[in-house]
Amino acid sequence: MADVLVYVLHYEGAFNKNSLGAVSEGAARAADVGGACDAVVVGGEDLTDELCGTLGAYGARKVFRANGPEGLAQPVVDVMAKVIADHGHSYAIFGGGLLGFEIGAGLAARCRAGVTMEVTSVRADGDELVAERPILGDSQISVSRYRGGLGIIIGRINAFELRESGSAAAAVEDVEVAFSPWSTRATMVTRGEQRGADVDIEGADILVAGGRGLGNADGFQLMEQLAGAFGANTAVAATRAVVDAGWYPYAAQIGQTGKTVAPKLYLAAGISGAIQHKVGMQSSENIVAINKDANAPIFEFSDLGIVGDLNKIVPKLTDAIRARKGS
Amino acid sequence: MKICVLVKEVPDAAVEKRINPSTGRMDRSGEKNLNPYDTHAIEAAMQLREGGAVAVEEIVAVTMGPESAVRALHKAVSLGADRSVHLCDELLAGSDVAATGYALAKAIESESPDLVLLGQQSDDGECYTIGAVVADHLRMPSLTQVIKLDVIDSEPSAPGLPGLRCERQAEYGYDTVQVQLPAVISVGDAINEPRYPSLKNIMGAKKKPLDTRTASEVGIDSGFVGPDGSRVHCGEFHAPPAKPSGQIIEDEDTAETVARIVAWLDERKLI
Ligand SMILES: Cc1cc2nc3c(=O)[nH]c(=O)nc-3n(C[C@H](O)[C@H](O)[C@H](O)COP(=O)(O)OP(=O)(O)OC[C@H]3O[C@@H](n4cnc5c(N)ncnc54)[C@H](O)[C@@H]3O)c2cc1C
Ligand SMILES: Nc1ncnc2c1ncn2[C@@H]1O[C@H](COP(=O)(O)O)[C@@H](O)[C@H]1O
Repeated sequence: MADVLVYVLHYEGAFNKNSLGAVSEGAARAADVGGACDAVVVGGEDLTDELCGTLGAYGARKVFRANGPEGLAQPVVDVMAKVIADHGHSYAIFGGGLLGFEIGAGLAARCRAGVTMEVTSVRADGDELVAERPILGDSQISVSRYRGGLGIIIGRINAFELRESGSAAAAVEDVEVAFSPWSTRATMVTRGEQRGADVDIEGADILVAGGRGLGNADGFQLMEQLAGAFGANTAVAATRAVVDAGWYPYAAQIGQTGKTVAPKLYLAAGISGAIQHKVGMQSSENIVAINKDANAPIFEFSDLGIVGDLNKIVPKLTDAIRARKGS
Repeated sequence: MKICVLVKEVPDAAVEKRINPSTGRMDRSGEKNLNPYDTHAIEAAMQLREGGAVAVEEIVAVTMGPESAVRALHKAVSLGADRSVHLCDELLAGSDVAATGYALAKAIESESPDLVLLGQQSDDGECYTIGAVVADHLRMPSLTQVIKLDVIDSEPSAPGLPGLRCERQAEYGYDTVQVQLPAVISVGDAINEPRYPSLKNIMGAKKKPLDTRTASEVGIDSGFVGPDGSRVHCGEFHAPPAKPSGQIIEDEDTAETVARIVAWLDERKLI
């Protein structure tokens, strides 16, 4: 028997979809090894009994609730370490995302646990859980086996499917935790700031996405013109690199800490195709990439790849699409 | 203030990374280089020193790795570090992430820095997690993926040491977090544009002090490192399911390239 503990992130009174996927996965895998799945939540007043209870629908048996700061990893490490010490969970599972990585790693240090990150699949082997992780630019899969003690599994974003299995509300148990001194030395000043315009990329059928290869913020004009040529239902999207640089609004970002999209056409220009970007767009129906580097990872998962300079290709492509539409 | 910067030697970006099937570890035979993400951490340390908001007395580059890893330290010194520490011991080979973080924490502990900076990811391991492991062992607050770092006044509870105001992108947008020193901060690659080392600094790098330490010298418990001290075993490497490869067009005549793209889109009724 092995029980699983899952951290569930929330924001403004709603649970994170990836965390709910992790609960679903935790419940299914715990059942495979004859155990149960519990959840941990840390926050304030908005973590009502009712809200916490809804985790039962995804298969959580019990929800351990602690009062503490939100959006910071180390207080959650304190809470999880205490719950595990008191209840003896064998595995901790996290959905992807920034906090999952930080909490999972901190917990590995605290509990001398084994940890695997970017996990895309978990399975039972006898009474143990085994995790699979793509490595070396997704060219190989590595299999992690844990050697007793706690095993920590940090999922890749969107890897764990959300499944409603249970029906009864989960029981809620409050836990009192004395936070470690170092956990209280980081404080949130502002959280969830949206930088730049509020654009909608999730509703578009066609996305033209730009990356660092555009050279500067003005480069996005090329992408906007291309989007204009495609016409209605087309939007411009971006990578984190250019959003962090202030070239394009955060709301247009695709990837691990941005949006997950699946348009009919995703056309990338000047994007390398880092894993954290790929996880947000790999379900697109048709993927086209323009990149001057023939070895760019994006060509590994493109349906049509064009090796060349976007500054030469994109303007001509815009004209050609306009002409084609005009005819 | 004293800053330790963690740096790692990784296979050069041009080398195809692979697992050596006989050892089950990364094949490290090809050309190697300083992990490019770590140059941002060194640059962040230099900008703190040059920014003037806080006096930075020393910047120490720290690595754990085989003998060849001294080259990563030389590069770090040429980029601005004052000296370096090389944790080098056969016992440490084959350590997992948690064991590596523990060992690095022990090496850092003997330096008692006020700030530990590191890169957002290693180009080969891509674990994104060493910082959080090191921080818990050092009992310091920690943040990863920081893209803006400002020095602020000290907290009444920790007079003397300044604080840091950090910005980063998290699940729901940009977060601003205030951290009291000493702390462990991993920086994102958008934080700065690393400088190029001057010829003078490249030439002088080998003359800067470099301490080589064994595991026992920094107090590492050998039961917690190496393959036997690691709590996770990675192996059974295999290829992912093959995916039909896409079509590639090399752009020579752009008019023709564009015509082919349009035809491709047309065929799929995307225009
Ligand atoms: C925890 C974490 C979360 C992250 N979350 C996200 C996320 O949500 N979304 C995201 O996108 N990234 C995310 N990243 C960052 C990600 O790892 C990459 O750094 C980022 O996606 C790179 O963006 P890019 O492709 O624009 O830039 P680069 O990787 O710099 O690629 C630029 C590309 O442009 C090409 N190029 C240059 N000039 C030209 C030209 N003239 N013509 C054609 N091609 C050209 C180059 O060959 C290169 O391939 C995250 C990283 C981490 C660690
Ligand atoms: N062996 C090592 N020696 C020194 N620093 C390291 C080592 N491994 C990782 N790091 C640091 O940790 C960061 C994140 O690495 P990783 O968690 O492996 O992706 C890197 O950018 C380095 O700064």
